[in-house]
Amino acid sequence: MIRFIAIRLIGAVVVVWIVSVVTFLIFQAVPLLSHTNPVYFYTGKVPFKPGSPQLLALEHRFGFDLPLYAQYWHYLSGILFGQTITDGVSTPIPCSAPCFGYSFRQNELVGTLILRAAPVSLSLTIGAAILWLIGGVTVGTVSALKPRSAIDRIGMGGSLAAVSLPIFFTGPILLLIFEYTLGWLPDVSYAPLTQDPAQWLRSMILPWISLAFLFAALYARLTRSNMMETMGEDYIRTARAKGLAPRTVVVKHGLRAALTPIVTIFGIDVGTLIGSTVITETVFNLRGLGYLSIQAINQQDLPVILGVTVVAAVALVLANFVVDVIYAFIDPRVAL
Amino acid sequence: MTSVASDPRAASSRPGGPFLSVEDLRVHFPTDDGLVKSVDGVSFEVDRGQILGIVGESGSGKSVTAQALLGLHKGSKARITGHIWLDGVDLVPASENDMREVRGSEIAMIFQDPLSSLHPFYTIGDQISEAYRVHNKVSARDARKRSVEMLEKVGIPNASRRYDDYPHQFSGGMRQRAMIAMALICEPKLLIADEPTTALDVTVQAQILQLIKDMRNELNSAVILITHDLGVVAETCDQVLVMYGGQCVEKGPVEELFDKPEMPYTWGLLSSMPRMDRVRQTRLTPIPGSPPSLIQVPKGCVFNPRCRFSDRVEGDRCFTVHPDLLPTSPRHEVRCHIDPEERRQILLTEIRPNL
Amino acid sequence: MTTETAASATAPNGAPLLEVREIRKYFPGRSGGLFGTRGNPVKAVDGVSFTVHEGETIGLVGESGCGKSTTGRVIAKLIEPTAGSIVYQGKELANLRPGQMRPLRREIQMIFQDPYSSLNPRHTIGTIIGSPFHIQGTKPDGGVKKTVQGLMERVGLNPEHYNRYPHEFSGGQRQRIGIARALALRPKLIVCDEPVSALDVSVQAQVVNLLEDLQHEFGLAYIFIAHDLSVVRHISDRVVVMYLGKVMEETDRDTLYESPMHPYTHALLSAVPIPDPTVEARRERILLTGDLPSPSNPPSGCVFHTRCPKFRLELSDSERDRCRTEEPVLEEKRPGQSVYCHFAEARTDLIDGAAAPTTSGIRGTRPRSAA
Repeated sequence: MIRFIAIRLIGAVVVVWIVSVVTFLIFQAVPLLSHTNPVYFYTGKVPFKPGSPQLLALEHRFGFDLPLYAQYWHYLSGILFGQTITDGVSTPIPCSAPCFGYSFRQNELVGTLILRAAPVSLSLTIGAAILWLIGGVTVGTVSALKPRSAIDRIGMGGSLAAVSLPIFFTGPILLLIFEYTLGWLPDVSYAPLTQDPAQWLRSMILPWISLAFLFAALYARLTRSNMMETMGEDYIRTARAKGLAPRTVVVKHGLRAALTPIVTIFGIDVGTLIGSTVITETVFNLRGLGYLSIQAINQQDLPVILGVTVVAAVALVLANFVVDVIYAFIDPRVAL
Repeated sequence: MTSVASDPRAASSRPGGPFLSVEDLRVHFPTDDGLVKSVDGVSFEVDRGQILGIVGESGSGKSVTAQALLGLHKGSKARITGHIWLDGVDLVPASENDMREVRGSEIAMIFQDPLSSLHPFYTIGDQISEAYRVHNKVSARDARKRSVEMLEKVGIPNASRRYDDYPHQFSGGMRQRAMIAMALICEPKLLIADEPTTALDVTVQAQILQLIKDMRNELNSAVILITHDLGVVAETCDQVLVMYGGQCVEKGPVEELFDKPEMPYTWGLLSSMPRMDRVRQTRLTPIPGSPPSLIQVPKGCVFNPRCRFSDRVEGDRCFTVHPDLLPTSPRHEVRCHIDPEERRQILLTEIRPNL
Repeated sequence: MTTETAASATAPNGAPLLEVREIRKYFPGRSGGLFGTRGNPVKAVDGVSFTVHEGETIGLVGESGCGKSTTGRVIAKLIEPTAGSIVYQGKELANLRPGQMRPLRREIQMIFQDPYSSLNPRHTIGTIIGSPFHIQGTKPDGGVKKTVQGLMERVGLNPEHYNRYPHEFSGGQRQRIGIARALALRPKLIVCDEPVSALDVSVQAQVVNLLEDLQHEFGLAYIFIAHDLSVVRHISDRVVVMYLGKVMEETDRDTLYESPMHPYTHALLSAVPIPDPTVEARRERILLTGDLPSPSNPPSGCVFHTRCPKFRLELSDSERDRCRTEEPVLEEKRPGQSVYCHFAEARTDLIDGAAAPTTSGIRGTRPRSAA
């Protein structure tokens, strides 16, 4: 078991490292390809002419004159050990590990921006994930047990519709109904869970529903097909032949096996969504990681894009690692 | 049985008679292509302490018959008619709830592939204990104790340690032993073994068949052994029922059926088998063609498209009239239009010399 | 003497076609420990030798895990042997590169157990049976289609079904498709891996008869791998019994079934049920105890001693010591009968339940002193 976890952990670290190298290289390539001075992407304000001594000084200060590996090491050591940000004019800003640099456009440390946005994304993704898992698995299981019945047809028809409806459609409709028409949720501005749980819940409930709606539909279809396959297995027949109650057969013997592959997909979905719920955040005016990255892209704010990318990659790798460990516990056949 | 017998909804009861008596059992499945008559009018009896072999090729309806005895088709689209008298109570009209009481405690079943028949995520011990606790209100510890006893009884070494192993950690033979322990833990009066040794090696098969016979002696259970292997039948069974196309085509005591088989299909089975105990003389005599579709069962005798002897019957009765299962000796019944005297003649002159 | 007549009746009349000498196939063991150090290799095949003559059928029997299928795959060069030599008509195959092997591939073909999974469901059977021509880049006289239809007719398929797909055929017909494909390049040797195990008895007989007819017609040699000892007795000229990657006994068909000498062969034969209740009632079953040892960690000395009934019940302590410490070699104990056992002894009562009078004279020659 320990060996299994160790191997997976080493694998996870390697993947994150590769992602950091690749993103770093891509963002190095951007200034080259667009013939723009990297200082511009870094600070956003370059009042100096190309070739002027002031610009060269800035390049030197930010290390753009160093060889590539040295620049990468500078970036990596910032993440690992922290660094001090200075533009040579203002007072130097200490930036402790993990330091993703400084956004001169927003005049804040990238780490601070991410820390502010991450709870929003986490609240949104995890809350929605719980909703869609419960909803999807329930609908899928019920459909699978009575294939071709009215319940099955309603469930599967509904999920087909839900899969086809984008969030920028369901989101505004929900807002229209609950906020504007019924007036049940007059103020949906975000408040952190730690400060005002009630307001946090009010602000999250509609985003959760609209995000979960889409995924619940996918999970319902997935659960249904897995469950139907599992219920045809020989060990289900054995369970029935023992005289077990139908509920025990379905839940203990059927669902446990049918959900195993769903765990994998669930982990990947949650990991991916943490950095990419852009549409939901935009529709509901939430300042999460997705919103942060869109804003950074629009402003060509390289340090922020780089930081969000690495954080999103870490979230995905971490989710996968957790899934692997959980999987090893669920399925005793997985070699440990 | 009390639970079923005392239940007013459980239909008629009929005291006396053999322990298990199946009368005119039919299992039909409506499908998009038509009605699949998997089992079409099968009758047989088994007493406690007896082993009945049901022989047939794939699609002959032997496994469906077994599952119908356990009521496993309840809740599906299958149409089941006829009677299954178990200890005087008819199981065909019984509700799913009543059948649940019967499964595992009165009738237990073991299956062909012990690996796929055991849940991969639960330990062997958990699955056996579970079977015990469904029908007995006992603590987890008592169930464990009983399961370990049962594992020891079926010959699993270090049973208390292996209780916590998962199915994939057992060998094929050990898994089937565990399945038998699970089936017998509530001391059922009827054990149905559906191809219990087909997936196993021949030396392991010998062990498992011996175990089934030993357990039969210990519990005085009735046993139904479903197999395609006539050798297994000869080794293990007291009575044999030969199935073809969802119907019983011949049945009788095992010695008589092997000594004086009378149905051309049984002849075909015997002469198409290579014999390990014979010096090779001639080619095998296969049955031409392939088994019938269960949707469009041949008119007349179900075996007529593959039968070499239909010209021994006057006119075209083999192709127009469905033959009845008729006694040829007190306990031996055959479904064939050929005159019994002529059948015996064919056996002596044309079949036996080539066996 | 029955054994002599039997031996002469089935004596190889062709020249040696394939000689397998001491082939081994080790698969890498499962890794263990934090740094994934290699475990013991799995010795699937561990020094197997036998000879196949032209037009002869060699039966390869044993229980699952004995290495018989791996042996077949090594001979058909689907996998490379770890060591040993495979000499086909005087040419060494073991070390040939794929390019050098290609012309020889047409000579050795293979038929598989599962007629369902060994045929590509998206190809018509015409394409499937004709594929060897495309792979080899040869064009038969009269064109591919005509040849394929001829083959189909020969194996009992309707040539008009040329454009149908595998799922439209029954199990027996699919096995015929596999046979037609194997026949396409007119091979001299076909490795048949459990070709009839998945079929119903009545259909099995059809396929067995077909294989025999084809053997006579084309002068084929078969390596017939099966666990069903009845089919093997029917079809084989010589039989090789394997256990844990090694050959336990090799002899002609009738000797093997009538007076086998290895205790494992005894146990195997005694376990096969015979479709005759009166014979069954008087037969002795030799039950093996325990499970098959791991092929990555085989027992010391004789690999069978941990489960050997003779070792357990008949031998003295000093004899047992020998079984535990000294590995027997496969040697000719009687003319034409090679056995891997220190204490080999013929038994004639296993199949009929009674000692056959004609062969009883052979008993009692315990080769204890000879070794």
